[in-house]
Amino acid sequence: MEKGKNKQSRRKFISKTVPAALGAIGGVGLVAQSCNTTEEEEKVSLLTPDGQLVEVNKSSMQPVSPAEARKGIPGKQFVMVIDLSRCKNARKCVTKCQKMHDLPPEDEWIKVFLMQDSSDTAPYWFPKPCFHCNQPPCVKVCPVGATYKRTDGLVLVDNERCIGCKFCMTACPYSSRVFQWKEPKETNFADREYSPETSTPHKVGTVGKCDFCPDMIRQGKLPDCVSGCPNGVIFFGNKKEDIVSNGTESFRFSELIHDRAGYHFMAELGTEPNVYYLPPVDRLFDYEKGFNNLTDEQVEFYKKSIVKKH
Amino acid sequence: MNLNPKSAKMLDYFASQMVKVSKPGIFWLAIATVFIIGGFYALIVQIVEGHIVTGMRDNVVWGIFIANFIFFIGISYAGALISGILHLLRVEWRTPIIRIAEIITVISTLIGPAYILLCMGRLDRLHHLALFGRIQSPIIWDVMAITTYLIGSIIFLYLASIRDLAALRDYPFKSKWRNKIYTILAIGFNGTPKQNRYLDRSLDIMSAIIIPLAILVHSVLAWIFGMTLRPGWHSTIFAPYFVVAAVFSGTGVLIIALWIFRKYYKLESYITKIHFNYLGIILMILGALYAYFTFSEYLTSWYGSETWEMEVLYKLFNPNEYWWWFFFAAIIGVVLPIIVILIPKFRNINSITAVSVIAVLALWVKRYLIIIPTLEAPLLPLQDMRPEYIHYTPTIIEWLLTFAGVALFCVLFFLFSKFMPILPVVKADEGNYAELRKTVLKRIVKEKMKETEIKESEKMKDL
Ligand code: SF4
Ligand code: SF4
Repeated sequence: MEKGKNKQSRRKFISKTVPAALGAIGGVGLVAQSCNTTEEEEKVSLLTPDGQLVEVNKSSMQPVSPAEARKGIPGKQFVMVIDLSRCKNARKCVTKCQKMHDLPPEDEWIKVFLMQDSSDTAPYWFPKPCFHCNQPPCVKVCPVGATYKRTDGLVLVDNERCIGCKFCMTACPYSSRVFQWKEPKETNFADREYSPETSTPHKVGTVGKCDFCPDMIRQGKLPDCVSGCPNGVIFFGNKKEDIVSNGTESFRFSELIHDRAGYHFMAELGTEPNVYYLPPVDRLFDYEKGFNNLTDEQVEFYKKSIVKKH
Repeated sequence: MNLNPKSAKMLDYFASQMVKVSKPGIFWLAIATVFIIGGFYALIVQIVEGHIVTGMRDNVVWGIFIANFIFFIGISYAGALISGILHLLRVEWRTPIIRIAEIITVISTLIGPAYILLCMGRLDRLHHLALFGRIQSPIIWDVMAITTYLIGSIIFLYLASIRDLAALRDYPFKSKWRNKIYTILAIGFNGTPKQNRYLDRSLDIMSAIIIPLAILVHSVLAWIFGMTLRPGWHSTIFAPYFVVAAVFSGTGVLIIALWIFRKYYKLESYITKIHFNYLGIILMILGALYAYFTFSEYLTSWYGSETWEMEVLYKLFNPNEYWWWFFFAAIIGVVLPIIVILIPKFRNINSITAVSVIAVLALWVKRYLIIIPTLEAPLLPLQDMRPEYIHYTPTIIEWLLTFAGVALFCVLFFLFSKFMPILPVVKADEGNYAELRKTVLKRIVKEKMKETEIKESEKMKDL
């Protein structure tokens, strides 16, 4: 019964919001880009915030400089909504993020935990990126401002400024940060110019973490974990335009959070995350489905180390 | 400078000691050098290969380097607090221990911060602290506090040494370079009444400054941990807890240093049992205070039994994890010194030194236990299949660097004792030891008499 209602209202949402959503997602990337296009250059279409379709050079979409990357995209406040009822540990968000950010398989910027609120309740899978907190403890403690908060809500790390003190790693209560312990091996992007917006190429002795893919956003695309997920678990969007999308569906952010009882993970810490969770009710999959693509050893490990907290 | 006969005799003695190194001295120096070379090797390996050669990983991002850092800054309290307070209170028996205490302060404040540097991923960007420093970050507080503290303690040590430097300047050394250096350092001090007055004033002011500074330094250090939202760290009593632990370990190291120099330079007539007894009593009181802090810290988190806090406590109280270390650090390391010093029968120079060694070791372990178990139990545990990411074990590289630090501490101390008399020479007669010893002897005799009286009367009763 409830399910049906849900679906209905969802459909209603979609029909109401899709045009707006496309505009929002497409226009995300647009900062005043110069439009002196030459014929042979590859072009990208973008929507301006006031709804006009324009074409710009692909080359002008180069990663922005560290100084520019500190500013944030005007008029945006990025949010992510993760629907726990749809996750079955497909781990596509993890692998796609690793590919995108040139990470070795052992470094995960988005992790999938197996959680259980109490021994009586059913376990569920819990994808966790950086929460891009509005009161980020990591930013507070950084001695050199290498990790910073932008006007659009993103918390980024400047690996050219970071001194590797790891204070932010002890300060982040959600274990979101990963350290480059050795000279990075993968160098797909070695010739790329470094930008905090791409977080590549990596630098030894500095800190990395989920960056909400601002380079993708600027190109009008969704972050890779969002588009990578086959089950549409992760929604991303602009809070100021009140819209979130997982690439195929779009919702009004406020209504989605309201109707589906969205919550913050460990809200009691006062960090005010920009990532919201929808509780694992009316699940699409049994949690054991999540063991399918794992080795026996991994299954054993997950079952043993299930995270019993909330 | 005019010296009184006693000072002249002491100066003669020390000057002759300063220009030679005895056989055991060379032996220990060689051992220390081996350790320092080992540390140097480890340092190069770490710089070349990156932090992957340490046991630190994403879960436990700080390891024994930070434990060493707190430890060394802790023992620096010997000079700052102990000698500062003793100086201000004009405690009579302070003279022979004050210089040793101040040297401990300066050397350990030099070595301690080196461990922070070892813990930094990008040493080459140290200047970023100056370029981009943000006052919101406790690390910047720490940098400022420690630099001020280091400069303050060097000034304190220097001021307290000027009289001796002047005396050394006038001493006929064989090698002239010594006299040249002493002449520069003594900045024309001749012991005129005016100079003496100024010097005493400045010493008073410096010791008054150094006490709050020392407290601040260790509080800021504690806040690096206390400011994070981590179970076992996020505690309001962390700053005073750290301060007490620091003075405790500082006193311990001071006692050990006194014992060593007393043996090595044969200073039995200057550093006496009285000094050990008094310092022992200070150590005992601090130990009790420290135990009180430990108790209230762990009692409250255990009684409240919040899930997160309990995760750390389970680690500490689990015999398969850290229980035995905790038992040693929080119980043996405190109770043993208290018992030995409290009971007069056990109290002698060697036993006081032995329990000081135990206390100092225990405090190092305690620092380890403050850092590692908390980092191993984050709010959101890593579901990571790599065991080294879950459980921290220091690598040989980290141990080499740790021992190198201790060895460097000893060598610097030794070198200093070859440059300056290890006891103040000029003011040697300020605390009148003979008088002091007499009063103490009298008291002991009185007590003994009382005891026998009581025994006698008990015997009478039995009859
Ligand atoms: S989740 Fe952690 S790393 Fe991300 S913004 Fe919050 S505190 Fe910082
Ligand atoms: S590790 Fe880098 S980003 Fe983190 S607090 Fe230190 S300097 Fe800042």
